[in-house]
Amino acid sequence: MDKFRSFSFTKHFKVFAIISAVLIAAGLVGLILSLCGVPNVFNFDIDFVGGTTFEFQLDRTADKAVTDHVAELYEQALGRKPSSVTSTGETGVRIKALELTDAEVEAVRDAVVQAYGVDVEKGYQVERVSASVGKDLTRSAFLASGVAVLLILIYIAIRFEFRSGIAAVIALIHDLLVMLSVYVIFRIPFNINFIAAALTILGYSINATIVVFDRVRENRKTMKTGSFPVIVDTSIWDTMSRSINTTVTTLIVMLMLLIFGVSSIRNFALPICVGVLCGCYSSVCISGPLWNLLSRAGKKA
Amino acid sequence: MKKGIIQFLIVILVVGALVYAALCGVGGVIKPVREGVVLGLDLVGGSEITYEAVVPEKLSASELQSGMEVARTMLQQRLDFLGYTEASAYISGERRLVVEFPSVNDPEAAVQKLGATAVVNFVDADGKVWLSGSEIDSAAYENSPIDDSGVMVPHVVLELTDEGRQKLHEASTAIVNRVSDGTNYLAIQLDGEEISKPYVNTVLNSSSVVIEIGSAEDPVSEAKYLADIISAGRLPFELTTAKQQTIGASLGEKSLSTSLKAGLIGLILVMLFMIVFYRLMGLYSCIALVCYTALFGVAISVFHVNLSLPGIAGIILTVGMAVDANVIIYERIKEEIRVGKTLRYAVVSGYKRALLAIIDANVTTMIAAAVLLWQGTGTILGFATTLLIGVVLSMLVMLILTRILLQAGISVGLVNPKLYCVNKKEEA
Repeated sequence: MDKFRSFSFTKHFKVFAIISAVLIAAGLVGLILSLCGVPNVFNFDIDFVGGTTFEFQLDRTADKAVTDHVAELYEQALGRKPSSVTSTGETGVRIKALELTDAEVEAVRDAVVQAYGVDVEKGYQVERVSASVGKDLTRSAFLASGVAVLLILIYIAIRFEFRSGIAAVIALIHDLLVMLSVYVIFRIPFNINFIAAALTILGYSINATIVVFDRVRENRKTMKTGSFPVIVDTSIWDTMSRSINTTVTTLIVMLMLLIFGVSSIRNFALPICVGVLCGCYSSVCISGPLWNLLSRAGKKA
Repeated sequence: MKKGIIQFLIVILVVGALVYAALCGVGGVIKPVREGVVLGLDLVGGSEITYEAVVPEKLSASELQSGMEVARTMLQQRLDFLGYTEASAYISGERRLVVEFPSVNDPEAAVQKLGATAVVNFVDADGKVWLSGSEIDSAAYENSPIDDSGVMVPHVVLELTDEGRQKLHEASTAIVNRVSDGTNYLAIQLDGEEISKPYVNTVLNSSSVVIEIGSAEDPVSEAKYLADIISAGRLPFELTTAKQQTIGASLGEKSLSTSLKAGLIGLILVMLFMIVFYRLMGLYSCIALVCYTALFGVAISVFHVNLSLPGIAGIILTVGMAVDANVIIYERIKEEIRVGKTLRYAVVSGYKRALLAIIDANVTTMIAAAVLLWQGTGTILGFATTLLIGVVLSMLVMLILTRILLQAGISVGLVNPKLYCVNKKEEA
C-alpha cells in the first residue's frame, strides 16, 4: 500500500468530481423529472403510489405461458388488464395492479387459486396500499432523510468544525443520489425498504467519513509542519486499510444476502451493497478533499 | 502468567454461558431466542389490515381520539365474535387502525366483515329511509319457526324503541297502499347492502321486526353475525381499507430460512477474513463476534423485538459493521508497533487513540437509527430497533472483550509480532 502513498487525493479532486458527476447523473435527473411530475422514472412500488400486489405459489413451473394465462384470468375476472404479471422463483407468480376493492381482490384470488391449485393458507400473498398511505410514506421518507442529515451536520459541526460538516453532508447527499441512480438504472422496486437502505447508508457512510476526519483532527495537532492538503492526504492514506477492510467485511455479509436471499431481501441488499461501496469511495475520495477545498475557500473569503 | 490464563477461561465461560442462554434460555428470566422473538408477518405468514377512518369535517382532535378508541374496542369485539381470538387491533397514528391476524383462511372476507360500519336502514322502493340504527333498541339471534309452517329458521329479531315503533307505523301506513304495483316492501339494508326485503301487507304497530336470512351458505352463522354486528352498534366512522398485507406461511418460512443461512455463511466468512488479516487479533474478534451474536439473541428475546425481514437484514448488516471497531483499533495497534513501541504499550495506545473515532462514528449511525425509530412504521421500526441494538452492543462487546483477550494474551507470552500481523522487516 505504501508505494501508492504518493498519490494525492486533494490534487486529483477534479477527477473524482467528474467520476461522481457521472455516477449521480441518472439519480439526479430521475429525481428532478419525478418532482416535475414525469411518471415511471422510478419503478414506484405500491408503498408509495397505492395499489395491489398478489403473489401465488402455483402447482407447476411459472413459465411465460402460465404468466400470460394468469393475466388472462385477471382480465376475465375484472374486465381490465393488470399492470404486470411476472414470475418469482420457480413456481411463484406476482401480479401488480392498481387499487382494488375487497370484492375484486377476492375475485382475482379465487380465479387463480382454482386454476392453479394454490394453497390459500400457505402459498398466497396479497398486499394492498391506498394512495393516502403512500402519500404519508413519501412525506415521512423526505422528513426522515432531512432530519437525519441535519442532525448529523450539527453533530459533526460540534465535534469537528462547521466546514467539515458541510463536506460530510455533501458526501452523504452524493451517496444518496448514487443509490437513486441504481434504482433508476436497475428498475428496483422503489418501496419502503428504500428508506431503510438509504438511512443505513447515511449512517454507514458518515461512519467512514468520520474515521478519516478524526485522523485529520489528530494529524493537525501532530504534523505541525504540513499544510492542510498534505495533512488531509496523509490522513486518508493512514486510514486506507481500515476503509477497505471494513467495506470488505460489510460487503461479504450483504453479498451473502444478495446470493441466498428471497427476492424482497435481494431488492434490499442490492442498494445497500452499492451504498456501502459508494460510501467507501466518497469517504476516501470526496469528503476529505472537499473539506480541504471548503477550508481554502473559507480562508480566501 | 497465571492471571492471563484465568482471564482467558473467564471469557470463554462467559461467552459459552451467553450462547447457552441465547439457545436454551435461563430459567424463566430469559427465554430461548426461538420462543422469545416475535417473528413478523413476512416471516411466519398471516394478515395485517390497516383501516383508515373517514373522518367527518369539524371534528375536534379530542373527539377524533375518543372516536378512534371506541372504534378500536368495537373492532376487537368483532374479532372476538368472529372467532379470531388470536388477532389484535391497535391504533396507529391519528386515524388508522391496524388489525393483525397470525393466520387466517379467507383474509378478504375478514376484511369486509370487520370493516363494516353496521349502519342499518329501512328503505322503501323509492329509496326513502324510514328508520335507521338509532331507532333499534337491541338485536338478537333466534332459531325458531317464524310462520305457521313450523320450520326452524335462523333469523334476527330487532327490538325497536318507542320512536322506532312510531316510525314503523308511519312507514307501513304509507307503503301498504302500494300493493297494487308490487312495491309494497320495506327493505332492510346493512351498510347500503340489502339483506332482507319483507313485504308490508298490513299496517304495522309492533316493536319487534324479524330479519330473515336469504340464501346464505351458512344461515346460522350469518344470522349470528348480523345480530352481533347490529347490537354491537355502529362504528363512529366509516372505515376504508388503507392497506392490507397477507403472506402465506410457506412463503414466510422460506424468507426466514434463507436469510438465516445467508447470515451464518456471512458470519463465518467475516471470521475467516479477520483471522487471515489480523491473525491472533482476528481470532479474538471471532470470539467477540460469537459473544456479540449470542448477546444479540438474548437482547431480542428480552425486549421482544418484532423481527421482520428488514430486521434480519439489519442484524446481518451489524455483523459486518461490528468488526469495524476492531479493524480501526487493530490498524492502530499495527501502526504503533511499526513506529517501534512495545506490544503492551501499542495495545494501550491503540485503544486510546481509536476510541474517539469509534464513538463519533457510532453516534452518527445511532442518529440515523433513531430517526428511523421516530418516523418509521411497521417493518422499518423493526429494522431500526435491530440496528440500534446492534450498534450499541457491538461497540461494547467488540471494544471490551477484545481488549481483555489481547492483554491476557500478552501476559501469557503471546508476543511474537508475527501473531499480530507485523513482519520483522516492517517492525524495523
